[in-house]
Amino acid sequence: MIQYERFVLTNGLRVLVHEDTATPMAVVNVMYDVGARDESPDKTGFAHLFEHLMFGGSINIESYDDPLQLAGGENNAYTTNDLTNYYCQLPAENLETAFWLESDRMLSLAFNEKSLEVQRKVVCEEFKEHYINKPYGDVWFKMREMAYTQHPYRWLTIGKELSHIENATLKDVKDFFFKHYRPVNAILVVAGNVKTEQVRKLAEKWFGDIPMGEKYNRNIVAEPVQTIARVQEVKAKVPLDAIYKCWHMDDRLSEGYYAAELITEVLSGGGSSRLFQALVKEQKLFSSIDCYHFGTTDNGLMTIEGKLVKGVSMQAANDAIEQELDKLKQHLITEKELQKIINKTEVALAFEDISVMNRANSLAFYELLGNANLMNEEFEKYQVLTKEKIQQYASQIFTAENSNTLFYLSEN
Amino acid sequence: MINRAEQPLIKDAVDFEYHLKPYEKFILDNGVTVYAINAGAEEVLQVEWLFFAGNSQEEQNLVAATANHLLKNGTRQKTAFELNECFEFYGASLSRHCYNETANIVLHCLNKHLPHLLPVVQELVTEATFPEEELNLYKQNNKQRLEVSLKKPDFVAGRLIDEYVYGIDHPYGKYSSFETYDALQQKQLQDFYQQYYVNGKCIVFIAGKIPPTAIGLLNQYFGHLPFANNTLVKTHMATPAVEKKYRIINDTEGVQGSIRMARPFPNRHHPDFIKCMVLNNVFGGFFGSRLMSNIREDKGYTYGIHSYLQNHLQQSAWMVSTEAGKEVCEATITEVYKEMEDLRQELVDEEELLLVKNYMLGTILGDLDGPFHIIGRWKNVVLNNLPEDYFYTTIATIKHITAEELQVLAKQYLQPADFYELVVV
Repeated sequence: MIQYERFVLTNGLRVLVHEDTATPMAVVNVMYDVGARDESPDKTGFAHLFEHLMFGGSINIESYDDPLQLAGGENNAYTTNDLTNYYCQLPAENLETAFWLESDRMLSLAFNEKSLEVQRKVVCEEFKEHYINKPYGDVWFKMREMAYTQHPYRWLTIGKELSHIENATLKDVKDFFFKHYRPVNAILVVAGNVKTEQVRKLAEKWFGDIPMGEKYNRNIVAEPVQTIARVQEVKAKVPLDAIYKCWHMDDRLSEGYYAAELITEVLSGGGSSRLFQALVKEQKLFSSIDCYHFGTTDNGLMTIEGKLVKGVSMQAANDAIEQELDKLKQHLITEKELQKIINKTEVALAFEDISVMNRANSLAFYELLGNANLMNEEFEKYQVLTKEKIQQYASQIFTAENSNTLFYLSEN
Repeated sequence: MINRAEQPLIKDAVDFEYHLKPYEKFILDNGVTVYAINAGAEEVLQVEWLFFAGNSQEEQNLVAATANHLLKNGTRQKTAFELNECFEFYGASLSRHCYNETANIVLHCLNKHLPHLLPVVQELVTEATFPEEELNLYKQNNKQRLEVSLKKPDFVAGRLIDEYVYGIDHPYGKYSSFETYDALQQKQLQDFYQQYYVNGKCIVFIAGKIPPTAIGLLNQYFGHLPFANNTLVKTHMATPAVEKKYRIINDTEGVQGSIRMARPFPNRHHPDFIKCMVLNNVFGGFFGSRLMSNIREDKGYTYGIHSYLQNHLQQSAWMVSTEAGKEVCEATITEVYKEMEDLRQELVDEEELLLVKNYMLGTILGDLDGPFHIIGRWKNVVLNNLPEDYFYTTIATIKHITAEELQVLAKQYLQPADFYELVVV
């Protein structure tokens, strides 16, 4: 049970405080309600590029990093399709430095031309490092475009293509900032060796006078229900054939999400899971195979991906996957399997909560979903799932007409 | 009006007190030492069994790593599937890692499950069989994985730079190949296992909210096994390459180069080691370092550039590592040398030095809050055979080092002529 206090400033900034006196540190986490799904199709990669610019100096402070490091702190940030999160950790005595820094960059960035120019290059190198200069690096560009025809999950957070990043202008940066980076669209979580009253005063002092901004109301077209199986074949300079399969699944708050999570555990949660045991160990069709989902806020993708043992045909490998899915659809999982995945979930949640930073991050995330206390209700949502519900959900999503298959073939 | 232009008053991290929670030490009936850190709020445990079964000990490449990996793939009583199920049923994870001198088994679990899991770990370190079929599958799948990895320039560069610094026959310099996988034999694994696990030296590290029964359970399952009380870690001579500069084309269509620059460096017992950790931070050790500020934040040549001292027991290397645009690789190397020159020629100014000290100490402070981090620091002391006050020596060294000392070290160690230089595109 994670304890927290919650209050809202007059400008709409939501503040959550989680006290933990066992650590000498404080964590300050600022989550903004904007991600790659809020980009327009001709300016993709922008939310992430923007995250880089948040370190290029703010209106009154030349450098974000230097003063924080001087105060013994460290920080990082990430952007997903759904949100952008900034977090720092520093000795609790120096908490006010974090308020000073975070509030100034919420007030306004410096909008520095040089910073934009450099970060465009840095992000282009990041793009190359992760998506071009490595085998299978382009898979998710292709798969997302196949699986999503309308929804902005069509593109990765890094962006659809390098040119979108290269063409970003300072005007784009300013518009984006004043649309999304306002108190009313943000959540501040302060955790660690802090007191709620102290945080309340600091929050009022540093964030209280920042103009509220306009509440951003997302207006995203839902992905139409897929009605026909999609298959694509690619040839590339890779050493091994691979298969990627995706099925649409429910959004983060649905019961289906929790069922999907447990299905990934049954299929690939370790050395005793079904796909590994059947397809890697017994039938020796794959050298590796995984099942996971993306955990997105809007309707996501359940995925199975595997690399084929040399000499195995795509057809045989694909059939074998389908066979395992059929078993899941036709028969209930065993009592032992159910117990196992519930135990695993319990342990995973316990380990996740060890770090103060994780706790702060989770509180912000659940608050963004609508209610921070969802964090404390997670485990129950898994516990109420039954073998029947898991079978039912597997039958619902693992259908041919809901499937997207990418056969990724080696040119050799 | 608040003053947004000025940083609120801070307490310098150099003025903080640092305290590393001491370990408790237990000796099992057979002489096995257990180091324990009892801390944390969650009912979770991490237990590590450490053996001197790293690749320094093997006669043939990959035997140590393979033996370690396949510990979990069959015992006299259970198949790989059954073993996995024993752990996974309780949501526990059992990982194995093989390093140069040591290899381990690490269990993460909830406290309440410990009594169910320890007997299975005992089975792994007494009755593993290394089934032929498991070995064959391991060879096949790892060769396939290697084929993919060899297409990645960072993977290739990481192997080659170690080879240049230590030599291909040294445990720190050797690496896998298709041939070395093919040459693996079941008998070698079984022999290695008998010598270095079943009858080898074992040390246990346990951390978390340790239940009162834990040490008794460890004694019950591990206190009567035939572990050795001592062990000899084989030492090897490095044979560094003569040629220092390498440019390799791994993929003609590559858009980035993996750059590695490295010089040999002594181990943690050398009086300069901790001081050079400070110099390394100024140079390329964190986001605010010279290399990051110049090569990423000013020039945009890369997504990231880092320097570090390798964490080896016998000897180390000072390494610079980055992935940079193909067309700016040479410019990047020039800038790295410029930064070295600057550190040799100019004193680090007081403000920057204080920032680096505060950052390093703040990070250490942040690292001290969980039982797993604390045991990690003690493990480092135990394995490197360092004095018990090493943590406090480290803190004092960081607090008191001067810009003049850093310059002397830069002149001694940051000399381009001593560095191997590699670009893999």
